Amino acid sequence: MSEASPAKAYALHLGIIALLFVLSFVLPEYYHGLLARIMVLAVFAMGYNMLFGYVGLLSLGHAMFFGAGLYGAGLAIIQLGWGVPAAFIAGIACGAVLSLIIGLLALRTTGVAFMIVTMMFAQVFYLLILYFANWTGGDQGQVVPQPARVLDFGATALDLTNPTVRYMTALALFSFVLLVTLAIVRSRYGRVLVGIRENEERTKMLGYDTFSNKLMAVVVSGTICAASGAAYALLFGYVGSSFASVQYSILPLLWVLLGGAATTIGPLIGTVFMYYVIDVTSGYTSAYLLIVGIALILLVLFFPKGILGTIRQRWLGWLP
Amino acid sequence: MTPLLTTKDLSRNFGGLRAVDTVDFTLMPGEIRAVIGPNGAGKTTFVSLVSGRIQPSSGAIVFDGADITSQPAYIRVRQGIAYTFQITSVFANLSAYDNVALPVQRTLSDGRSKGAVRAGVMSALERTGLADRANMPAGQLSYGHQRLLEVAMGLALKPRLLILDEPTQGLADSEIDNFIALVRDIAKGATVLLIEHNMPVVMQLADRITVFNAGKILAEGTPEAIRENAAVQEAYLGTAP
Repeated sequence: MSEASPAKAYALHLGIIALLFVLSFVLPEYYHGLLARIMVLAVFAMGYNMLFGYVGLLSLGHAMFFGAGLYGAGLAIIQLGWGVPAAFIAGIACGAVLSLIIGLLALRTTGVAFMIVTMMFAQVFYLLILYFANWTGGDQGQVVPQPARVLDFGATALDLTNPTVRYMTALALFSFVLLVTLAIVRSRYGRVLVGIRENEERTKMLGYDTFSNKLMAVVVSGTICAASGAAYALLFGYVGSSFASVQYSILPLLWVLLGGAATTIGPLIGTVFMYYVIDVTSGYTSAYLLIVGIALILLVLFFPKGILGTIRQRWLGWLP
Repeated sequence: MTPLLTTKDLSRNFGGLRAVDTVDFTLMPGEIRAVIGPNGAGKTTFVSLVSGRIQPSSGAIVFDGADITSQPAYIRVRQGIAYTFQITSVFANLSAYDNVALPVQRTLSDGRSKGAVRAGVMSALERTGLADRANMPAGQLSYGHQRLLEVAMGLALKPRLLILDEPTQGLADSEIDNFIALVRDIAKGATVLLIEHNMPVVMQLADRITVFNAGKILAEGTPEAIRENAAVQEAYLGTAP
């Protein structure tokens, strides 16, 4: 990892960003919109991967971080009438604070207990949304109105409901997070995280405060997921409790497993793949979830390290 | 000269068992000290207390004049106590390079330079003769090389006290000779506390020997004195010769 050629890795990542940019002008309207959504959700998956892939901490509660960003940004607009940039920052800040608190509490546990504790906290978060229904909209959710989703720069205005603006905004966020994850993974901090994943006791005995390092990773992970949620609220204009439900804690885990845990590009590939399979199969049958399930089982059986993890293992050892 | 390490009335109970029982121990800087004793005598528990892997039931540990009894393990490592594991505990899926890079990068005071990490890693790997295996996953190294990698990780911490827990266990005779030379080399810059069962190694390396039995220090002295000690012979052989 550390000794692999950095130029190759950066070239690959910039190439993917360039490809996504070009796709904006090539794709038909339906796929254009779908890919914008996928890029935002891939950010969610990358945030999840930060903790699951690199630190080896399996959380079943990341929907609350996505939800914190979603509601933080959405309610700032709907209830407080804030502008788009302030709302986006509010969403991210909500995720950062929430992940710090959850990290401090949940990191007292490891393994199965960590899964259960994070899942319980996420359920509390979900039920709080339903409980404060007159503020959050409850299970109906709320729509962020179109006029509130315009970035006003005086002379020019960026309308986030415009497909091209939406696509490019999603791409900008995706690219930023992708490059940040790459930098983290290649850094000394990234090496410490992998050390914790591989053998926490040994890492401690090399003089590392593993608790602080893990807490930092939870906050980074939670904040990235919140950025994804905040962007989702602003770009797609809907803030609903289903995004904080347990389903949205499991989805990023599946995307990351499919694409390849502890690979920087795996989360994108996993998210694309899952949407692609759903898209294709739902065209043939209403029982498409059955086929998705079978595809998942086959992948786990034959590609236990995910698509990119397998490629890295067999052919391209330098992949970050 | 002030001692590097002292323990005072140090005890650790596991249920009803007193694994370490009111041990008073003193280690001078620059020494190579061997700790020997029958299985279950409390040797590993004792060094685990010193390194902070487990907490004492009572007693105090003083390192370089400061009481470290309540400090967590990672702080003690930063103050210069390095522990190499009895059961090989390298990062099997990471390359030998990355295994050593983890301790090296933490001891570096300058924050950024990549060259400094590389230089530190290669120097530790060269001292242990592993330089040509830097890019191999640690799990694919032979057992003897994994033991050496453990030592390289300990060295990379630039310790003042290096604790080696049965380092020659499972090594071939030819490897043991190199190992003795390596420990002598390390001892030029650090104090070494060595748990060892292999008596020829102990007799060649140790300046002084501490004998544990049933959680207590049974005897302490030069290798010659310990060899002649009747109580030690009894503990090992069961009867007075």
